[in-house]
Order: sequence, then structure tokens, then C-alpha cells
Amino acid sequence: MTRSYDFRALLLSIVLLITLLGAWELATNTQAQGGGGELTEYERLMGAGSQRAGVPPPSEVIGKAWEELSDPFHNTGANDKGIGIQIAYSLMRVLSGYFLAALIALPVGFLIGMSPLMYKALDPFIQVLRPISPLAWMPLALFIIQDSEASSIFVIFICSIWPMLINTAFGVAGVRKDWVNVARTHELGPLKTAFQVILPAAAPTIVTGMRISIGIAWLVIVAAEMLVGGTGIGYYVWNEWNNLDLNSVIFSILMIGVVGMALDAVFARLQRFVTYTE
Amino acid sequence: MSQPFLQIDGLAKRFPSGKDDTLTVFENVDFDIEKGEFVCIIGHSGCGKSTIMNVLAGLDEPTDGVVTMDGREVSGPSLERGVVFQNYSLLPWLTALKNVTFGVKARHPDWSAERIRQHSYKFLEMVGLTNGAEHRKPSQLSGGMRQRVSIARAFATEPKLLLLDEPFGALDALTRGTIQDELLRIWQDSGQTVFMITHDVDEAILLADRILLMSNGPFAQVAESVVIDIPRPRKRTEMVHHPAYYKIRNHLVDFLSSRSAEIAASPREKDGSRRQPPTVRPGAEDDSPAPDAESARPHLVSLAG
Repeated sequence: MTRSYDFRALLLSIVLLITLLGAWELATNTQAQGGGGELTEYERLMGAGSQRAGVPPPSEVIGKAWEELSDPFHNTGANDKGIGIQIAYSLMRVLSGYFLAALIALPVGFLIGMSPLMYKALDPFIQVLRPISPLAWMPLALFIIQDSEASSIFVIFICSIWPMLINTAFGVAGVRKDWVNVARTHELGPLKTAFQVILPAAAPTIVTGMRISIGIAWLVIVAAEMLVGGTGIGYYVWNEWNNLDLNSVIFSILMIGVVGMALDAVFARLQRFVTYTE
Repeated sequence: MSQPFLQIDGLAKRFPSGKDDTLTVFENVDFDIEKGEFVCIIGHSGCGKSTIMNVLAGLDEPTDGVVTMDGREVSGPSLERGVVFQNYSLLPWLTALKNVTFGVKARHPDWSAERIRQHSYKFLEMVGLTNGAEHRKPSQLSGGMRQRVSIARAFATEPKLLLLDEPFGALDALTRGTIQDELLRIWQDSGQTVFMITHDVDEAILLADRILLMSNGPFAQVAESVVIDIPRPRKRTEMVHHPAYYKIRNHLVDFLSSRSAEIAASPREKDGSRRQPPTVRPGAEDDSPAPDAESARPHLVSLAG
């Protein structure tokens, strides 16, 4: 039953994909044919003679993808690095910023969740800092840190800290009193209570926060790298735009989606692992 | 003179209510429990039974009064006093077995993993949960099985005093009966001292050596200590035929339906001295047994018991 259900869903997905690609191919073909015939001097000057003026059809993008993916780690200069290398740079930045954030957000979130006083005291800070777009920090980070690499890691850090912090505090504060009482009647010390009762009880909420954070971090890294430049998938997109290589732009947009999906899948798995039913 | 094993002196709980006013839930609660005794406490909702239990467990603090166990004042929770909560309070991310080893590990941090496992299995076996069910999570167990795990965890830590807070309140009548029998058997084998809250008169008669009756709150007190003069081992089916059974039962039902409210309404004595609740033995007078009582309502007992 579920198998045939899954199969039908898959079939529908494939049909949709083919339809969309077909429509795209068709649309771009007719567009490319427009403006044929003799061109005036003026038209030629305004770029109407350019063969690349239109959005490329999917067949071209797939060709480009094949070319890139068959040699993802080539490195022949600052402006010609393989997609694999660019993604690796971005992932490295995202993961360093993310783990630094986790290193601070999880213990501090625990503290805030355990102590209503800390919760109240830190709440105004969190409420003000949280809605700030992470990119708004970029100039200040560049000025203070004076290093573009570290600055983009800082931006990832600052954007991924809030969901983790808030969810950890929320999860820890919401642990059922009965379970805490179980720890108390078994004379568990504070550390054992934290790790054997509160952490597993709050884990589903904490991991949800971590999952939201990694999603946001991957969103932000593209924008940060467009600003900072040099390497990374964000820079790659912008660089190919400057080269007017729309095949590469579309291809890298898709790659951003695929990597983001993979990151999310890792946390979805972690979430399943820590989830319990009451 | 020898001190009783558990001594409760002048216990009171008051909550602030409104401007410089207090609400007294209960006060002047004095009673003793001897080692190995099974004592039930019955009273209407709001009389503070659960608060008394939490105070005994060390999870709550009384406004006045002292609890002394084995010559030492109770302050804060301890492994010496095991608690079985009404809602089982199992850790849902651990299997039944792990929930029990959790308790054993806390009690005996120096034991080897294998010894902890064997000890836990022994107690899971006592409650009949060893045929694969021990590897299931609480969410995959029925209410009765969950409470069995909870009981196994409490007994496995071998506390000096076992506190049961309406352990069968959420179970259906049939399951309740089975687990009551199991509890009775384990208690008889272990010689545990047990203090239990219940709402069920028949359950209390079946299990207890003594039943403490609480008057209605606010200003609730332990009004009587009723001794259950029915010989052990008790079986629910045979117990009903004992001449003392209906005398005790009627006494308890009478207390709960009318006298608990009357006591609450009567003027309170302003007496600070320790005063044990009067001991009552409704089953002791050896006059002729009530002839038609058992034939009149056996179905009630077998179901509710």
C-alpha cells in the first residue's frame, strides 16, 4: 500500500520535472529565435546581436553541469576553481561558524533554561540581537576582525546562534517536572541530572533548533560570500554573473539547493534518533 | 524508649492567599509508621495527601513540622525513600530495563554493569516483565505494564521507605486487581515499609495494616488510624468472607461520606501538643458477623477491588 503510494508520488514528481524542463526548453528556444534577420548598427551596439542574451535552455545547463561535475576539483587560477572546491570552501565556513555557535549556544541555552532569573535577564538582549540581519554585522566584523575569511565565519556564527540558543533554553525549561523529580529522588547530582535526564528530555527541541540554524547558515553563506568574495559558492554565483555565464549561474543555484538539502537531511536523521514518544 | 521508624510531628502546609492571609491545607498532622508496616492514607481531594507524600519524599517542604526517619530528620529527597508516582514517571527515551537500571545505578554506583543488569532483571521478573517487554520503551507498553516498571524501579533501589502516590489510579479495574496482588506478594517477600495514597477503600483494606483517614481540607487533619484486623496473607476473594471485612469497609465509607466533612466543619482545637490520631479497630469486636453483607454486594468488591 505505502509502496505503491510512494511509487505514485515518485512518478508524479518525474512527470512534473519533465513538464517543467520541457516548458523551460520550449520558452528559451522561441526567445533565442527572436530578433533574427538584418540588424542595424544601433541594434548591434545595444547588444541585440549577442547570442547569449536569453536565459539558456535546460539542455545547455545540463551540459554545463556535466562538464563541471566531471571535474569538480580542478583549480586553474583564482577565477577558475571547480564547483567541488567552491562548495568545500563554503561548507568549511558554514561548519566552523556553526560549531562555534553551538559551542556557546548549547551551554548558555542550558543555563538560561535552568534558571528563570537568567532567562529574564538575558531575554532583552536576545530579543534585540536576534532580528538583526546577519549581513548587517559584516562591516563591523570586517572592521574589527580585519580578515574577510574570519568575518564571514563570524556572520555564520551570529546567524546560527539564535535558533539554537532559544530552542535549547525552551527545551530545557520545558522538561517535565516529574522527570526532574525522578532525578531528585534518585539523588542525581546536577551534572548527572543535566546529562542523564534534562539533555535527553530536551534533545528533540534542541536538535530542531540546530536544524533551523544550519538551514539559516547555508542561506546566509551565499550572501556573505557575494560580499566578501574570493572563494565559495556565493562568490562563484556572483563571479559567473559577472562573466555572463548564466549556465554556470543556474547550475550553481541548483548545487546550493542540493547541498542545503543534504545538510538538512543529516539533521533530520539526528532528529529521528533523539525523538521519543511519551 | 525506642523511636518509631518514621515519625511525623506537627506537619502543616500553608499557602499565602491574598493580602497577609494564609490558606491552611492541613495542620497538626502527627502519626508514626513502624518498620515493615503497610500504611494507606485516604481522604478527599484537596486534603493534602499528595503534599504529605511529597514532604515525606523530600520533594516538598512543610510550613511547620518535622519528619524523622530512622532517627534522622528528612530534608531533601533521598534514595532511602523510593517513590512511585501516579503517572509512572518513567523516562520515555529509555527502555523498561534501562529505566530500572537507571535506579539501580544511582543506588549502587560501584556495581559492575552486569551486576546492575542482573539485579534489575530480578525485579522486572517479580512484576512479570521479562518476556521481551523489558526492551520496549514506555510508550510501547500499556498503562499497567508501565506502572509495573515503575514499581520494579522503586523496589530495585531497595529504599527504607516506599512511597506510592495513587499508583493504580489511572488503571482499569482488572489490571489494578492484578497489580495489587503483585504488590502485596512483593511487599510480603521484601518486608518493605510502605506508605501509600489511595482513593479506593477496597484497595486500602486489601493492602494495608493500617489506614489513616484524613478529614476534609482546608485545615485537614489525620482524624483516625484504622487498624485492619484481617489476617494475612489476604486474598481478595477470601477476604470478603471475613467477618471483619464489612465492619471495616462500612466504617471507612461512613467516614468518607459524612464524618470527614463533619470533622472539617467542627471547631478546631487550638492545641499545639503532639496528638496521635485515635486508633480505631472496627473489625476487632468479635460479635456475630454481618450475615447478609457478603452476599449482598460481592460483585462490587470483585470489580472495585
